[in-house]
Amino acid sequence: MDFAMDFPALNEALPETILGLSALFILVFGSFRGDKGMTSISALCGAALIGAAFAAAWSPLGIVFSGSFVSDGVSVFAKVAMYIAAAFVIVLGQGYFDRLNSRRFEFPILVLLATLGMSVMVSAGDLISLYVGLELQSLALYVLAAFRRDDAKSSEAGLKYFVLGALASGLLLYGASLVYGFAGSMNFVEIAKSAETNMNVGLIFGLVFVISGLAFKVSAAPFHMWTPDVYEGAPTPVVAFAAGAPKFAAMVLLARVLETAFIHNIDQWRQVLLVLSVLSFVVGGLGGLMQKDFKRLLAYSSISNMGYALLAVAAGTVVGIQALLMFFVLYMVDTLGLFAAQMSLNRKDGESITRIDQFAGLAKVNMPMAIAITMLALSVLGMPPFGGFWSKYFVFGAAIAGGLWWFAAAGLVASVIAAFYYLRLIKLMWFDAPVVDFGKAPAEAKWIAFTSAAFSFPGVIVFLIFGFGLAANAVIGFGGQ
Amino acid sequence: MTPAEPLSIGLEHYLTVSAILFTIGVFGIFVNRRNVIIILMSIELILLAVNINFVSFSSYLHNVEGQIMAMFVLTVAAAEAAVGLAILVTFFRNRGDIAVDDASMMKG
Repeated sequence: MDFAMDFPALNEALPETILGLSALFILVFGSFRGDKGMTSISALCGAALIGAAFAAAWSPLGIVFSGSFVSDGVSVFAKVAMYIAAAFVIVLGQGYFDRLNSRRFEFPILVLLATLGMSVMVSAGDLISLYVGLELQSLALYVLAAFRRDDAKSSEAGLKYFVLGALASGLLLYGASLVYGFAGSMNFVEIAKSAETNMNVGLIFGLVFVISGLAFKVSAAPFHMWTPDVYEGAPTPVVAFAAGAPKFAAMVLLARVLETAFIHNIDQWRQVLLVLSVLSFVVGGLGGLMQKDFKRLLAYSSISNMGYALLAVAAGTVVGIQALLMFFVLYMVDTLGLFAAQMSLNRKDGESITRIDQFAGLAKVNMPMAIAITMLALSVLGMPPFGGFWSKYFVFGAAIAGGLWWFAAAGLVASVIAAFYYLRLIKLMWFDAPVVDFGKAPAEAKWIAFTSAAFSFPGVIVFLIFGFGLAANAVIGFGGQ
Repeated sequence: MTPAEPLSIGLEHYLTVSAILFTIGVFGIFVNRRNVIIILMSIELILLAVNINFVSFSSYLHNVEGQIMAMFVLTVAAAEAAVGLAILVTFFRNRGDIAVDDASMMKG
């Protein structure tokens, strides 16, 4: 009996099959081993993610399960990037919970399940897989945010994330029900056929609700209120995860809904995205100015960065989607690096360093880490030749090609404002006297920070050469174009 | 309109009920300042309002997908309630209270 012949659809969904089955088996294994076995379970989960990344790269493309699962270039590109990011997060989490002396074997398994959810999201071909993927990702992340259950801040972050996330899912679902009812189908391609000829008020209502729900998940203003609190309270490896991959997945999902199901109604949704984008620039830029906590600062920075991603989607072209893919890979590297750098800074007494003014004088104590943080900060604010500059370069290029001159200019102003708060951080590290006793940096966080910093400058050249071609190939055939 | 015709319940009646329930749910989250349990109930209300939408559209369109979706929503709602209550329990253990106004350690 040939397995692949009996279930031909599983070839296209091979990475998801690997992730789902290994999550279940590793969970059983973990419940026998207990928390002592966290190291081996992390290793197994990492292996499953790497295996799934290879499977994603080599499994055939196609539309299976009656159109509800789409494996195309964009989904494969996003999946490989997310699987690698998740594997790095498992490494970070292993060290973090080791040092806190609170190992729990569920951590890597929850990361695996969240990644499975994201993977379904980027491959969603109808409203059912959209919702189920989104909820699998969200529910795993709510638990991860509250993962330090003896810490009041962590459980508060989890609670806030849960309440606002569940509300967002409710909005999205209400929108999905209206879209289903007024278009007469769950499938994106069928919705597009109906929306082309008959775009009525019900469909527009549903579309706006769906966009709002997804904007919540990517923390675009005005749906950003959960972001600073969750970033501050949740355990740092979880934030390093939640800041990158899930937003990538939600943004690809948003692009897929808009450019497959509502491809003929670009005039209706473009205005909504542009409003969200400009609001994100304003809130992210101004909100970041008065922050004292490093992780809250990164939260506002991420709100502002979602503005760029929305601008790329609002361009409504294949070039825009390509810019979105490039943007998110470079952005995920920078955020992972900055959170790893924050994790690597400790006081002598073992307390972690969270306030920005505690970064003062880092260059005199730990020069390599100060250089790495400086490079990552310059990259996030968009200074050439670092990665963040190229990500914004592609987005602006796509926006201008789509005729959105004024919005590209607004994005430029936002990155000038962001430059202020990142330059303040750099000035503190290099020119001020130390205020805390820096302890020894943990190895894995240190090396992930260095690797990200190295990627943000010399490594990015290699990525631009290969990644640009990969992203260009990936977007062929997206959204039925 | 003939007066002898019996009153029939159509799609729009179901949609109205569902819209009212959805609005009550959303207001329950924003207006309530006392108890997180009430927020969980409101979330449940929103999901059930959506289910009424799906089932009535499904019946109206003679298309079974809406009912399949309703099954998924019910399942996810159960998982969501379990996760929400678990997070609430850890919150309660740390703070000794579940008032909404208490969830304000972090500000800025």
